[in-house]
Amino acid sequence: MSVETLEYTPKDFSSDQEVKWCPGCGDYAILKAVQKAMPEIGKKKEDIVFVSGIGCSSRFPYYMNTFGFHSIHGRAPALATGVKLANPNLSVWQITGDGDALAIGGNHFIHLIRRNVDINVLLFNNRIYGLTKGQFSPTTNLGQKTKSSPQGTIDNPFNPGELVIGANGKFFARATDTNLKQMTDIFIEAEKHKGASIVEIMQNCVIFNHHIYSNYTDKEVKEDNILQVEHGKPMIFGKESNKGLVLNGFKLQVVTLGENGITEKDILVHDAHEEDSTLHNMLAKLPMPIVTGVIRSVKDDTFEQRMKMQVEEVAKKSPYKSVDDLLVSGETWEIK
Amino acid sequence: METTAVKQVDKVVIKFAGDSGDGMQLTGTQFTGTSALLGNDIATFPDYPAEIRAPQGTVAGVSGFQVHIGHAHVYTPGDSPDVLVAMNAAALKANINDVAKGKTIILDTDNFKRKDWEKAGFKEDPLASGILRDFNLVEAPITSLTRTALEGLGLDNKSMVRSKNMFALGMVYWMFSRPLDYTERFLSEKFSKKPEIYEGNVRALKAGYNYADTIEALSSAATILPADMEPGLYKNVMGNEATAWGFLAAAEKAGKELFLGSYPITPASDILHELAKHKHFGAKAFQAEDEIAGITSAIGASFAGDLAITTTSGPGLALKGEALGLAVMTELPLVVVDVQRGGPSTGLPTKTEQSDLMQALYGRNGESPVVVVAAKSPADCFTMAYRASKIALEHITPVVLLTDGYVANGSQPWKIQKTVDMDDIKPHIVDPTMLNWKPYERDSASLARYWAYPGMAGYEHRVGGLEKDELTGDVSYVPENHEKMVQIREEKVQRVADYIPDLEVDGAQEGDLLVIGWGGTYGSLLTSINQCTSHDKKVGLAHFNYIKPLPKNTAEVFRKFKKLMVCELNNGQFVRYLRAELPEFEYLQFNKVQGLPFRVVELTHAINKVLFEK
Repeated sequence: MSVETLEYTPKDFSSDQEVKWCPGCGDYAILKAVQKAMPEIGKKKEDIVFVSGIGCSSRFPYYMNTFGFHSIHGRAPALATGVKLANPNLSVWQITGDGDALAIGGNHFIHLIRRNVDINVLLFNNRIYGLTKGQFSPTTNLGQKTKSSPQGTIDNPFNPGELVIGANGKFFARATDTNLKQMTDIFIEAEKHKGASIVEIMQNCVIFNHHIYSNYTDKEVKEDNILQVEHGKPMIFGKESNKGLVLNGFKLQVVTLGENGITEKDILVHDAHEEDSTLHNMLAKLPMPIVTGVIRSVKDDTFEQRMKMQVEEVAKKSPYKSVDDLLVSGETWEIK
Repeated sequence: METTAVKQVDKVVIKFAGDSGDGMQLTGTQFTGTSALLGNDIATFPDYPAEIRAPQGTVAGVSGFQVHIGHAHVYTPGDSPDVLVAMNAAALKANINDVAKGKTIILDTDNFKRKDWEKAGFKEDPLASGILRDFNLVEAPITSLTRTALEGLGLDNKSMVRSKNMFALGMVYWMFSRPLDYTERFLSEKFSKKPEIYEGNVRALKAGYNYADTIEALSSAATILPADMEPGLYKNVMGNEATAWGFLAAAEKAGKELFLGSYPITPASDILHELAKHKHFGAKAFQAEDEIAGITSAIGASFAGDLAITTTSGPGLALKGEALGLAVMTELPLVVVDVQRGGPSTGLPTKTEQSDLMQALYGRNGESPVVVVAAKSPADCFTMAYRASKIALEHITPVVLLTDGYVANGSQPWKIQKTVDMDDIKPHIVDPTMLNWKPYERDSASLARYWAYPGMAGYEHRVGGLEKDELTGDVSYVPENHEKMVQIREEKVQRVADYIPDLEVDGAQEGDLLVIGWGGTYGSLLTSINQCTSHDKKVGLAHFNYIKPLPKNTAEVFRKFKKLMVCELNNGQFVRYLRAELPEFEYLQFNKVQGLPFRVVELTHAINKVLFEK
């Protein structure tokens, strides 16, 4: 890490392009949090790449003064994989939305996670299609009326966290677009984690799905309805910090400290590093309170580390040191 | 074996045919390898079913391998076999119509029982019905003779029967005076950990050889003297293997790492297999989750500074279309290999065709020009993979390389090139002395933009699929800018013509008829025009490696002939392209769409018809 890296300010990461999201869009806060996180990750600007697909969120790379690639719908995970494998030294960020990642790009999304390529994926989940103007997405609530579901959707929605864990994901975090500090911290954690790091951001679309997260993010309810987990800390939340999670059989249960003899030591302590994903999955799926923070962060070899190891192994064993060696290998004959 | 009875022949075509589990591909490649080492010129053509193991004993399950070897030059695997080895009744049924009267057929009579010939679809016993009367028939109980030869080795019946292909190979080795050592070496490597299987195979091979000697399978053994080849070091190469090596050589020469993003598809997968072996050359063979991820991962690698390629066949190219358009818009170096097969849809996966030309040229949304080149023979795959890479890296553009199942799986001797003798490849990378560089700034001659990739300080920039400002590369919706960019992208591809070789003509340089072809049909077309040229009829062949852009002298060449005839394995795609590009000429056409290569006899017939019609 060079000294100049440490001297970056968030402004250094702002490009000369005019930001064109709708006024009030949650994307602005995410952009700000990313630009705040960048000086902290210890990477030179030229070694950072933002890759996106299609959708409102996918305009993101244009606003970052780093290398950037606004690609095609759903394919950013594959494109980002190519970037990372070509140059593993790069810090690669994929910006995506619920349609881009979970509908048209669902295949690439799960395979990126399965392979554990060291890419940070920021999934802007506004539970609606914004750029195409208001159709339902794979995370839209069941029964919600949208332009393409005038009688209400009949599709069961995905829970992104459950999908990530189901694809053998090693890192899953969730944040709200209203909590700048938490987003910034999580983005730094995602970069530190080696492997595919998926961050779901509950992002408000002011035009087509306004208030979809109000029940969690409004000032008066947020402390009671959001549980911010931290590794090693008991899972306590609420305005009075008197609510917590316990396991009741195979289910999570909300309890109140001081009631029925419950004390802090009865409350579950968050272990993000636990290999077994059962509890992480339950936390990701909990509807109320919704869980934010780093839910799962487990160490494993990355795809590019394994690739490097194979290359070194082949180099040791292969009789061919250059392409010329290969071309003259096998059965040859001379004509004079 | 060296007796005075050995007669010399100029060329011979042999076809090994049997059940798809009978090891006919291996048998054929062994005969090929042995003959190559003897200095013969060679062309091969494997012909196998799409199913891994189609029902045993049926025509659908027949796998064949045809090899043409010559003292004279051979350019095709041959129209019809001089020797057919049929390991069962189905193999006879599938091939008998291709064998001319008087030629040799070797049969394993153990597989001609009633149930065998019924399953093969014969109405009566082919050995008794008289249909084989006019052939030089060699009836050998190959399976039982193999079993006898292997007695005492302690092998189970299945392993013994499996060695019967070596018995058949031994017979053909005797017939054409081939030594056994090449195959013995191969077997000892292949079965180094199974000495009893090695022993069984070698015994079968020798038993077949001695058997043929004893029964005098032909009136006498024949031999084919070495061909008159250019001096040099040679090896036998298959098209897909040569394609892979061409990319490895290009990457090394360009000082770039090679990235392959690919999804397995017949008949292209062997390129992926070959590159996966050589990771230490900086060749990153990435098996993606689908065709789209294959190309988009390659585009990502290209953006990040690798020589990036993706390999596929027709259905895969269809899936890659949108992403290929992205590479056009972002103007990144990329090579897409399409090993063509019969289509549309799943079509004929293991059969050859040239029907993806239009897809390669036009199969994308918007005005989306790419460079399109084609390989004309198995060995030419090396050259064209190398040249496609050179164009991609020097012009910062996507290039589609078309090969086909015929050249991809076929093999021929290749004069080994040294990388030091190959053309330099100088990737068009941004020059640090350029002041105030803009992402879509161009070289004034080639119109190539400058490649600047992550890791290069001061060159941070954004690209994407939205229309670009002609200089800054920023998103632009300005109508005039879009029109200008459409023209620039087309002109950039057209200017590649300033950097490629002129079109050359084989045969007559001017005269009555110019036969026009492209890609994998070169061998058949060349053989045909050579046969049709006479003292009063002058026939030339213009065979295209470069399709878009066309070589600059194309019209000049066409003008020297009275008639032009475009021959292709499709319904007339190149001819339509030529009619659009060079409408001043009148084109005749000859097409075949059967999933099979041209036969020389079909072509000579078509050519003579044009030459002699009033």
